[in-house]
Amino acid sequence: MTDIGLWGVPLAILGGAIRVSTPFIFVSIGEALTERSGRINLGLEGTLVFGAMSGYAVAFHSDSAWLGVLAAAFFGLLFGLFHGFVCKLPKVNDIAIGIALMLLGTGLAFFFGKPYVQPVAPDLPSIPFGFWSDIPQVEAALRINVLFILGIVLAVAMAFMFRATRIGLIVRVVGDSADAARAMGINIDLVRLLSTGVGGALAGVAGAYLSLYYPGSWNEGISSGQGLMAVALVIFARWNPVNCFWAALLFGGAGALGPALQSVGVTQGYYLFYAAPYVLTLGLLIATSSTRRAMSSAPGELSITK
Amino acid sequence: MSTETTGLVLAAPSRAWVETVARRSEGVALPLGALLIGFLAFSVFLAVLGKSPVAFFGYVYQAGFGTEFSWSNTLSRAAPLLLAALCVALPARLGLVVIGGEGAIVLGGVAAGALAMSLPGLPGPIGILMMGLGAMIAGGAWIGAIGAMRYYRGVNETISSLLMAYIAIALMNHLVEGPFRDPASLNKPSTAPLPDAYRIGELPFIDVHWGLAAGILACVLCWVLIERTTWGFAARIVGGNVRAAEVQGLPTGVLMVGFTALGGACAGLAGMFEVAAIHGSANASLAAGYGYTAILIAFLARHNALAVIPVAVLFAGLEASSGLIQRRMELPDATIAVLEGLVFVAILLSETLTGRMRLFQPELWRRTS
Amino acid sequence: MPHLFSADRRQFLMTSAGMAGLAVAASLLPAGLARAAGLTVGFIYVGPKDDYGYNQAHAEGAKAVKQIAGVTVIEEELVPETVDVQKTMESMINFDGATLLFPTSFGYFDPHILTVAPKYPEIRFEHCGGLWSEGMPANTGSYFGYIGMGQYLNGIAAGHATKTKKIGFVAAKPIPQVLLNINSFLLGARSVDPEITCQVIFTGEWSLAVKEAEATNALADQGCDVVTCHVDGPKVVMETGAGRGMYLCGYHANQSPLAPDMYLTGAEWNWAQVYTDMVNTTIAGGTIPNFVRGGLAEGFVKMSPLGPAVSDAARNQFEATQAEILKGGYAVIKGPLKDNKGNVIAAGGEAYAEDDVKLESMDYLVEGVVGSTS
Repeated sequence: MTDIGLWGVPLAILGGAIRVSTPFIFVSIGEALTERSGRINLGLEGTLVFGAMSGYAVAFHSDSAWLGVLAAAFFGLLFGLFHGFVCKLPKVNDIAIGIALMLLGTGLAFFFGKPYVQPVAPDLPSIPFGFWSDIPQVEAALRINVLFILGIVLAVAMAFMFRATRIGLIVRVVGDSADAARAMGINIDLVRLLSTGVGGALAGVAGAYLSLYYPGSWNEGISSGQGLMAVALVIFARWNPVNCFWAALLFGGAGALGPALQSVGVTQGYYLFYAAPYVLTLGLLIATSSTRRAMSSAPGELSITK
Repeated sequence: MSTETTGLVLAAPSRAWVETVARRSEGVALPLGALLIGFLAFSVFLAVLGKSPVAFFGYVYQAGFGTEFSWSNTLSRAAPLLLAALCVALPARLGLVVIGGEGAIVLGGVAAGALAMSLPGLPGPIGILMMGLGAMIAGGAWIGAIGAMRYYRGVNETISSLLMAYIAIALMNHLVEGPFRDPASLNKPSTAPLPDAYRIGELPFIDVHWGLAAGILACVLCWVLIERTTWGFAARIVGGNVRAAEVQGLPTGVLMVGFTALGGACAGLAGMFEVAAIHGSANASLAAGYGYTAILIAFLARHNALAVIPVAVLFAGLEASSGLIQRRMELPDATIAVLEGLVFVAILLSETLTGRMRLFQPELWRRTS
Repeated sequence: MPHLFSADRRQFLMTSAGMAGLAVAASLLPAGLARAAGLTVGFIYVGPKDDYGYNQAHAEGAKAVKQIAGVTVIEEELVPETVDVQKTMESMINFDGATLLFPTSFGYFDPHILTVAPKYPEIRFEHCGGLWSEGMPANTGSYFGYIGMGQYLNGIAAGHATKTKKIGFVAAKPIPQVLLNINSFLLGARSVDPEITCQVIFTGEWSLAVKEAEATNALADQGCDVVTCHVDGPKVVMETGAGRGMYLCGYHANQSPLAPDMYLTGAEWNWAQVYTDMVNTTIAGGTIPNFVRGGLAEGFVKMSPLGPAVSDAARNQFEATQAEILKGGYAVIKGPLKDNKGNVIAAGGEAYAEDDVKLESMDYLVEGVVGSTS
């Protein structure tokens, strides 16, 4: 291998951003859709962990990583639909239901995931975009998983959907003003149900990425709060899927900072470096929130910004 | 309401208490019913997996409540949960969903451990008092900041409290492995061991530390604060409608920061008891997840500080039985988490029935007379 | 849908009846708590017992104990180092009649075992990794193995395999047991080529998958081409390292099935033998010594079979050194030796043999290790 010294840090951050960000991309664009329809789903952390477990289990039994991803999306869809269904009942608090489903999702995942801690399931494939380089570090950083690319495509497609399609308009109207949507004859509950369902399915895929690609195995410590962070991320990405993608990249990079700095000899206070993504999110939240509901492009029906 | 019914009430004043009972009992019967539904759903879950629900609840009873040891096990676990649940319940009365009490617990513990190191020579009770105060200030400031961010910047408190919990745990790790580390703590980095005089012992009648008494006392005091004082009344108005409260000139900001800080102080105190009664020093084991179990307890208690007591004991009992269930029924340790999740969902779903079951409507009882 | 969720008195009565039914069911307890006739041994793990690592190594030991006639083994996993473990120990004693306990995580010892043991003088508490000393309860004991020797042998295999002269170590926390492993790994490699350096990255947690993967990638980016680790479950480090084309040295248990071609060798615990001996001693009415230590020679530690990537030269040096270590009293930390800040650790002629208790309070990284203890 080539000794690239300090250049390793930016390269590691780039590589880390690509490797670590994918779950954030999926959870956050799914949540962007859900929140645009006027709902918040805090339970995506549980959905993600269950997706990681079910994806790994199915991939192990079927010997196909893609079947694992499908299974994770399916179970994520179920969690999302359940959330969407119960939140339409009167007096049911969507934030609290999210917390409950987070607990239930992780509990179920740990319960059924016990036999899958040890087995090795097949990995998702990656594409070597770094083939042009002789430097192994560059090659490694640019070995990009298919799901990452799918995430970019989805983010762009969803942004287009919100801006220029009828479905996007319907979701936005439902999220901005239930009264206006009702006047237009839109079935609000159905729109929110489907938006939450799709959000859940995407969170399930995010989980499958964790267990089937990076770090690529199932255990109870697989998620370090990615599902929750992604929800926070949506807020300062202003509910824009493309911004969600950039924000997710930023987060992945921040997560890679700690180990990269240690590898070039910055060894003091690594716990504090490891907290960088959380501090960054909090800082951005403080900077972008506002007491008056003047937060631009915030869906009017969203409970957390009301 | 027709004049006819009103006439009936006047004619039969002796039935008035039945109406009151009917109205009041809704708040008890609904969560209790939801709890049973949750248990029932879990029983079905077990039965589908070919495990006996009867055996399960038998073990829960036995290991949680069946023997003196079981009670000591249950109540030891309940002690931190009582205090941690207040960190959810108090802000909830203002309509704030704070779920990062774990952060206040670990920082309270670190503050207690650090204070014990820097003030070694005090008489025992004063040293313990100082540790308690330090822990409450640390926890109070941490969660109070969440209230302040909410009030002054409009930052969503649910998300900020969770992020702050991750940051608090990182800070705790940094401190106990860095500046506050006792060099003699070899393979488990910790603050220096507490002097014996600073250790908190056990209650006179049962093998449970004094944190249990402190927790119960805190629940009672918080209940009095919320239900019987002007401050509590003002807080409940803010919880009902922030804008209406502001129109009436209530100090919304002070209330938000004050109640979140008080909740954080309670959680911080839980951390102090972990250090002074269990661990004997502050270290990474402070992050034991009590702050997360407490969320469920507070919601099940409907954020009523007195109701927190029985609910915390019930869930502590469930967790106390987890080990026996793992060993006897060959069920994974996450079994209790599944049960807790199902109960939590059931409780929240039951809210939708509030005011909609005729049984609890005073009118029903008027007509039947 | 109000009709679905409105209820009347009859429904409420039915719910009440259900509640009563549950109460009755609860009183029909599983008949008694039968205690096994022979010896009941309890094992307590801090993580999952199939983690390819620390806990699996102990669980494999427990499995061996199950084979002994007349012995009942009870196990509980994922028990945190809090009041939880105190109550788990007491629960095993009170409900299962366990008389010999193996709480295996380091953090279980002080204060938890030391709190519970005096209450149960008839019960034996055997703890892995702790430093038992005079004055501690007589019914407690601690045992551990000189696994640093295994990391030294890992280092020899790594030293022959590396082409970049840089080897990597993913570590949880800078504590003595971990520091000794890092130092031994490097010194083993330097016995092959004194130019070799070892890069260490601390993840800060015993089990944190994404961070372990990132740390392994960061090591690969810095040009390390052999990696080993000291975290509870090495699975992620091994899989990630193999994915980056690094050679692997295992730890805790045998991880060669995860990447057979890249796996050189590994330092494994051999708890099966240790536990079998201890249980047999107890059955025979003997007493286990309070302070037990052992290494390769005593069968506490063993090496994974050498993988296909190990060269003949490496194999020869590995086997010769292993034979030396098996004689007992081998010293890896010996003068002249400096730490990586330039302080003298051992002057020429000074040596700390594997059984030197001073090694259990190590607080330095030797010269050639890139990293810091704080």
